[in-house]
Amino acid sequence: MRRRQRLLLFGAGALGLGALLVWAAAGLPDFGTQTSAYASLLNHTAVEQRHATNVVAAVVFDYRGFDTMGEELIVLGAVFGVALLLREAREEDVGRPRDDVRGELVGAVGLGAATVALLVGLYVVMHGYITPGGGFQGGVVLASAFALVYMAGGFRSYKRLTPIDAVDAAEGVGAAVFAAIGVIGLALGLAFLANLMPGSLGTAGTLASSGSISILNVGAALEVAAAFVLLFTEFLEELQAERLGLE
Amino acid sequence: MSVFPYLVAVFIFLAGLYGVVTSTHLIHLVVSLSVAQSSTYVLLLAIGYRHGATAPIFADVPRGTRAVDPVVQALALTDVVVGVTVSALLLALAIEAQKRKQTMNPNELHTMHG
Repeated sequence: MRRRQRLLLFGAGALGLGALLVWAAAGLPDFGTQTSAYASLLNHTAVEQRHATNVVAAVVFDYRGFDTMGEELIVLGAVFGVALLLREAREEDVGRPRDDVRGELVGAVGLGAATVALLVGLYVVMHGYITPGGGFQGGVVLASAFALVYMAGGFRSYKRLTPIDAVDAAEGVGAAVFAAIGVIGLALGLAFLANLMPGSLGTAGTLASSGSISILNVGAALEVAAAFVLLFTEFLEELQAERLGLE
Repeated sequence: MSVFPYLVAVFIFLAGLYGVVTSTHLIHLVVSLSVAQSSTYVLLLAIGYRHGATAPIFADVPRGTRAVDPVVQALALTDVVVGVTVSALLLALAIEAQKRKQTMNPNELHTMHG
């Protein structure tokens, strides 16, 4: 299809779709005036029911835990898809990685920053059900520490820190935590992914609270951090293979 | 205008679609798709917003304080992570296209070979 025809077709479609979306938006409740009954209910009962002061975490890992498991599996599928495509296509082992010459100062500052990122990531994960944060956000921060190691220390340090088998395993274990908690619930005669410790949820606002939410939170952190590190590795190896090929 | 934030989401979505339709480079196409997808964050968070309300986190504020919708925030949160990993998958496909067809222009990828 020529560009002109394509634009005309898109214009017609976008006009129709845009009109429908604007019509739909006009029918929504006024911005900022009300939230759904579901939301109000959760905001009023979640802390008491689940002893999690972060209601978003309670929704992600408990009330809508099944949804989250679906999302985790999308992440798992996408990451394994990347690994399958890129690992399959790389002809030979990249071999001895080549690093650009870097200044010592860059290395020192970068590794310091990576340490801070690692600590912040762990903090965000561990306090996920108490204060803003959680496994998903913390997992990304944790992965950024490894990206900093690559930028400051080069590919060789990065590879030494992230053995591919360990990262693959962490990715699988993170997803398996969800399935395991779900199946244990079923075996105990509860609903799939039901909170397994309803009788001993601990004091809200402390680390030892929220029951299964705390375990699923760590599982999500492991999965997300491993997913991002795996993506970094695959694309970086691709880059290394490219550099080798050019020489 | 009380529906303005929703219209912003509509605009971002259509702008992203325009990018996808007119794209002549696969990386541009993936970025355009991310733009279209980011409209969902705006829409979700706009729906959950309440004037004068705090975050749905009751660590520092007493329970029962007026808070925004935690459900849409949870949806946006998983949306972000899934969006990034799916973009990565699409970029990996773009690398494959470059390797096999030596082109990054989607218009030149007509035929499929088994």
